[in-house]
Amino acid sequence: MDKYECPCGYVYDPAEGDIENGIDPGTAWEDLPESWVCPLCGAEQEYFEKMD
Amino acid sequence: MFTPIELADGIYSVGCRDWDIRDFHGYYIPEGTTYNAFLVTGEQNILIDTVKSNFKDELLANISRIMDPKNIDAVISNHTEMDHSGSLSAIMHKIGEDKPLYCSKMGAQNLKNHFNREYNFQVVGSGDTLTLGNRTFSFLETRMLHWPDSMFTYMPDEKILFSSDAFGQHYAGDKFFDDQIGDYIMPHARKYYANILLHFSPRVQTLLADVAKMNLDIRMICPDHGIIWRKDPSRIITAYDRWSRQEPVNKALVIFDSMWESTTKMARTVTSGIESEQVGVRLMNTRKWHRSDIMTEILDAGAVAVGSPTLNNGIFPVIADVLTYIKGLRPQNKLAAAFGSYGWSGEAVKILNKEFEEMKWETVDPGVKVLYVPDEDDLKRCFDLGATLAKKLKEKLNA
Repeated sequence: MDKYECPCGYVYDPAEGDIENGIDPGTAWEDLPESWVCPLCGAEQEYFEKMD
Repeated sequence: MFTPIELADGIYSVGCRDWDIRDFHGYYIPEGTTYNAFLVTGEQNILIDTVKSNFKDELLANISRIMDPKNIDAVISNHTEMDHSGSLSAIMHKIGEDKPLYCSKMGAQNLKNHFNREYNFQVVGSGDTLTLGNRTFSFLETRMLHWPDSMFTYMPDEKILFSSDAFGQHYAGDKFFDDQIGDYIMPHARKYYANILLHFSPRVQTLLADVAKMNLDIRMICPDHGIIWRKDPSRIITAYDRWSRQEPVNKALVIFDSMWESTTKMARTVTSGIESEQVGVRLMNTRKWHRSDIMTEILDAGAVAVGSPTLNNGIFPVIADVLTYIKGLRPQNKLAAAFGSYGWSGEAVKILNKEFEEMKWETVDPGVKVLYVPDEDDLKRCFDLGATLAKKLKEKLNA
């Protein structure tokens, strides 16, 4: 599953999810709820870029 | 220029005081500020952070009082923002651009974006230890406290923490340490937290927990602005813990602007209503109070009433300015209520309620709008609005 990087440097790794914010490990980027934002800087998903 | 101050054996504060600055990207700083930079001398000489670009000659002059700046062997950049990196190109030019520049991963990226140059970036991360001559440094990345590149540098032998913008204050004066200035510095530190770091309060909580786990022995905290905490560094750490919890106190604000004094009358009456319930209140006219001072009061206020007339179907421009600023800093745990006078359509209260919702503030009442000039009944509604807001706050605090 693809990782996505926020402009602030945070990387969303589907294998890890974002447990503190209710995202279980194994959650693909595409399956994140719309309300999920970068846990570090608050940027919305549209600002993230897919990592190579 | 000031005589460099020796903080510990061979470690100096070599930064500059900016006596004249009052507007710090929209944050009002009545006493100016300092840009702190630190020189660690020894078998190798290391500069930690620099100063705003227009002070570069002063920085070099300060360093020259201790040693020839050309003999600096390496630079550590804790933060890319230009008040700390602005003199970096001058320093690198002086010492040789091949000299190592230690920074975080995001620091390397962000410095490239600022200076458009490939310096000899040496990326360090949390837990990394670096020995340069007889000095040892360790690093802690503090991403988004308050930029992606932010990091702390710690000297384990001397037990000194160089904390970048964290724990700073905008103050320039004749005092350099907490023990010299005493309580006078705390409102400056509080204002700094409210205006720069509040947005990242959950990160501050995580950071404080991490630092506690690491069991760091911190004898001195050297921030990049203001005084150095050497007598009691725990005082500012405890304050950060309190501020970042955003626990509300028994205090309300009434923030307003007015066109023909109708909303002023309403604001004064809302204030009386709040006081009738023994809740402390501050009436803040946005034309008299700077947005950054309002922000400081917001930090621990439990309730906020906002009043705006309707101007051309919208809220008043100064209220929009203040709300945009407040919203960006994300204060939490607030009860809220809106009011305002209008002439024909009266959208302001609705817009304010929507703003509260977006900020996740709890609106306790649909709000009060008054056509043109408030009469006695209207003012009674304003008084009741204030009383309701205060009662709800007391209930919340007692729950």
